[in-house]
Amino acid sequence: MKKLSTLLAATAVVTLMAGSAWSKTLVYCSEGSPEGFDSALYTAGTTFDASSRTVYNRLVEFKKGSTEIEPGLAASWEMSADGTQYTFKLRPGVKFQTTDFFTPTRELNADDVIFSFERQYKADNPWNKYVAGATYEYFSGMGFPELIKSIEKVDDLTVKFVLNKSEAPFLANLGMDFASIYSKEYADKLQADGKMEMMNQQPLGTGPYTFVAYQADAAIRYKANPDYWGGKQKIDDLVFAITTDAAVRAQKLKAGECHIMPYPNAADVSELQKDETLTVLKEEGLNVSYLAYNTLVAPFDKPEVRKALNMAVNKQAIVDAVFQGAATVAKNPIPPTMWSYNDAVEDDKYDPEAAKKALEAAGVSNLKMKIWAMPVSRPYMLNARRAAELMQADLAKIGVEVEIVSYEWAEYLKLSSDKARDGAVILGWTGDNGDPDNFLDTLLGCTAVGGNNRAQWCNKEFDDLVKKAKLTPDQAERTKLYQQAQLVFKKEAPWNTIDHSLVFMPMNKKVSGYVQDPLGIHRFDGVDIAE
Amino acid sequence: MLRFIFGRLAVLIPTFIGVSIIAFSFIRLLPGDPVMLLSGERVMAPERHAQIMAELGLDRPMYVQYFDYLTGLLQGDFGRSIISKRPVIDDFMTLFPATMELAICAIILAVCLGIPAGVVAAVKRGTWLDQTIMGTALVGYSMPIFWWGLLLIIFFSGTLGWTPVSGRISFLYFFPPVTGFMLIDSLLSGQKGAFGSAVSHMILPTIVLATIPLAVIARQTRSAMLEVLSEDYVRTARSKGMSPFRIIGVHALRNAMIPVITTIGLQIGVLLGGAILTESIFSWPGIGKWMVDSVFKRDYAVVQGGLMMITLVIMFVNLIVDLLYGWANPRIRR
Repeated sequence: MKKLSTLLAATAVVTLMAGSAWSKTLVYCSEGSPEGFDSALYTAGTTFDASSRTVYNRLVEFKKGSTEIEPGLAASWEMSADGTQYTFKLRPGVKFQTTDFFTPTRELNADDVIFSFERQYKADNPWNKYVAGATYEYFSGMGFPELIKSIEKVDDLTVKFVLNKSEAPFLANLGMDFASIYSKEYADKLQADGKMEMMNQQPLGTGPYTFVAYQADAAIRYKANPDYWGGKQKIDDLVFAITTDAAVRAQKLKAGECHIMPYPNAADVSELQKDETLTVLKEEGLNVSYLAYNTLVAPFDKPEVRKALNMAVNKQAIVDAVFQGAATVAKNPIPPTMWSYNDAVEDDKYDPEAAKKALEAAGVSNLKMKIWAMPVSRPYMLNARRAAELMQADLAKIGVEVEIVSYEWAEYLKLSSDKARDGAVILGWTGDNGDPDNFLDTLLGCTAVGGNNRAQWCNKEFDDLVKKAKLTPDQAERTKLYQQAQLVFKKEAPWNTIDHSLVFMPMNKKVSGYVQDPLGIHRFDGVDIAE
Repeated sequence: MLRFIFGRLAVLIPTFIGVSIIAFSFIRLLPGDPVMLLSGERVMAPERHAQIMAELGLDRPMYVQYFDYLTGLLQGDFGRSIISKRPVIDDFMTLFPATMELAICAIILAVCLGIPAGVVAAVKRGTWLDQTIMGTALVGYSMPIFWWGLLLIIFFSGTLGWTPVSGRISFLYFFPPVTGFMLIDSLLSGQKGAFGSAVSHMILPTIVLATIPLAVIARQTRSAMLEVLSEDYVRTARSKGMSPFRIIGVHALRNAMIPVITTIGLQIGVLLGGAILTESIFSWPGIGKWMVDSVFKRDYAVVQGGLMMITLVIMFVNLIVDLLYGWANPRIRR
C-alpha cells in the first residue's frame, strides 16, 4: 500500500513537472484595461486587442502585417456587378470555443453572421440594448446603418449583404473589429438564462484563443483554442498583464516578467535596443499628424497664405525634438505604408526667406494667429505643446506672431470642429481599416466640414475625386483617383502635414512569429516562444 | 459611550449628503462629456450625440439627475459604469480589497517604524540620531511618490532583481479570488510558492505608500513625546527612580498617543490619495487607478459612485478613530 501511494505521488509529481515544462506561456504587458469584451460596443484598440483579435474572427481578415484583406470566416465572396450585393460563402466546419461557461452544440452558420450585425442596428433586436447605454460607435461611424439594406440567409453557409449603394471600402470595413462574428447559440443561452450582460464579460468566439478569466485591471488570461479552424496555436497560455505606465512596462520586459510590450516611451527605446535579451521591432504607423488651418477664416482662406506658412516651418526639427527621430516628416495626408500613397508629390520646402516673400506677395503683413496644441500625448503627436513652440519660433522668423492655446482634451476635440474656430489646430488620425478613404474623405471631404474636417476645407475638385473613388470597386482605378486627390491637397494646402510616427514593439528574443500590424492591432496568432 | 457613538453617527448624515452633492457636481463641472470622449478624434454627429446622451439620461435637468442618483444611493444603487456597463458597486467590490490590502500593509509599516522612530528621536533629542531620523523623515515627506516608486523599481527590481517590478502576484499562479486579499487568497489556494510571490509583490508598493505616513507619524510622535516628557508627572516619575523604559513606554507614550492616533486616522485619507499614484506605478488593480481612469473618461457613474464609497470608508475610519480617541482620552467622551 505504501509503495502504491509512493508510486502515485511520484506519478503526480512527474505529470505536474511535465505539464509545466510543456505549457508555453506568453506574457504581454498590455497598456490598459479593456473597457469590456464586446468589441462592437467600443472604439479603443486596447479593447480590440483583448477581445476581437484574440477571441473572435471576422468574415474577412487583414493579412498579418498588412492592410490587405484575406478570407476569414468567409472562405470566398462574390460582388454583384453594380457593387451593391455581396454574397459570402462561409468556411464549413468552424467550431465555436468550448469554455467553462458554455459548450456549443453546432458549428458556425449564417445565423451567427446575421445576429452579429443585426443586433447593432435593429432597434427591435433584444440584443440592441442588452446593457444600459449600449451604442455601436464604429458600426454607425462607418456609415453602416445607412449602407445596409438587408442581410439575408441564402443557406446555412451562405449569407448575402444587400447595400443601398456601391461602397468600395465595404470589404475592408468587414475586417474591422466591430464586424466580429458572435455565436447566436451562446447569445440565445445567455438570453434564456437572463444573463445577457455576460456577453460583454465572458466572450466566446471562433478565434485563436479562448477566454479564461479577467482579473479587473490586473490581468486577462487566455488559452489556445484547440478547435481553432486555423490550427491550434503554439503557445498554450496567453496572459495580458495590464501595466499602464510605459516606464514600468519597460522594466518588466527587462526583468523577464513579460515577453512583449507595446508603446514604449520614446526616451526608453534606445536603452531597450541596447539590451541583449531584447529585440525592438519598428514600423511606420498608419497615422498622420497635421496642423489644420481654418480655411473659412481670412487670411487662411487663401491657399498662397497657407503655403507660405507651411514653408516657414521646419518639420524635421519637430520630428527630431518631439520624437527623437522616431517619426518621419509627412508630405501627404496619408501615410507611406498605405496603398495609393503618392510619392511624386513635392512637399512645401522649408525656406523662411521664400516664405516671407510669399506672404508679402499674398498681401499679408503683421499676421497674428493662434496655434492650438493638444493637451494629451497621442501616438502621432507625443508633445503638441513642444511642436507648437517650435512652430511659433519658426513663424516669428517671417514676422508672424503666434499665440499658443490649449484646452482640456474633450473641450479641445469639440471646439476644434467649430467652423468659426480662431486659429490653426494640431491634431492627427490613426487609420481604422487601411483604406485611403478613411483618411481622405473622412478628414478632408466636404461632408466632414464642421466635424472631422478640422480645416473646414471643402474643395470641389478634391471632393469629387474622393467621392468617385469611394464608388469605384476597382482598386487600380481608385489608386489613380486618390493620387490625383493628393496633388490637389498639396496645391491647396489646407493642412501643414507634420509627421507619421514610428511604432516600436520591444520583445524578448525568445519570442518569434510576431508581426507588427500597420493598423496598430496587437495580435498573437502564429506567435511562438522558445523554452 | 453610546451617546458619544450616536452623536458621531448623527454628524455623518449631513456629511454624506454634502459629499454626494460634491461628488455629483464635481465631475460634471469638468468640460466635455463621456459620449464625446468615447468617440475620440472621430467627431460624432450632434444628433447622435444628443440621442446617446438621452439614452444615458444625461440630457435631463441637473436636479432631476441628482435626485435620481440620491434615490438610487439610498437604495444601495451606486449606478452603472458608462464605459464598462457594469454596476459600479461590483467593480468597487472587486478592486477595493486590493487598495485595502495595500493600505493596511502600508499603515502597519508606517506605525511600526514611525512610532519607535519618533520616540527615539524625542528621547535622544538634539543628538545625531534625532537629526538623522528627522532628516530622513523630512526627505520621505517631501519625496514625489511617482519618482520614488520608479527609483525603487529600477534599483531593486531592475539592477538587483530582488523584487518583482509590478503586479500583485506572478502570472504563474492563478486562482479565483475568495476574499480579494491576495495574501490570504494565495494561502487559501494551496499553490506552492503563491504566498511568497504575493509577499514579494507587496514589498515595494508598501514601502512607497508608507513613506509619507511614516514620516508624518514619526514627526508627530516626536513632538508629542517631547511635550509629554517635559510634563511635571514625568519629572516626578523620574525623581521617584522609575525606570526610563517604564516612564517612556507606559506613562509618556500613552498620553503622547492621543495626537498620534488622530494623525494616523488622517493618514487613511492620505493613503487613499497616495494609492492613486502608487497603484499606477505598480499596476496595482485598486480603486485609485480605477477612479483616475474614470475621471479621464468622464465616467460620471464611476466617479460619483466611487467617491461616495471612498467617503463612506473614510467616514467609517474616522468614526473608529474618534472612538479610539475616546478610549485613550476619557475626558472627550462627555
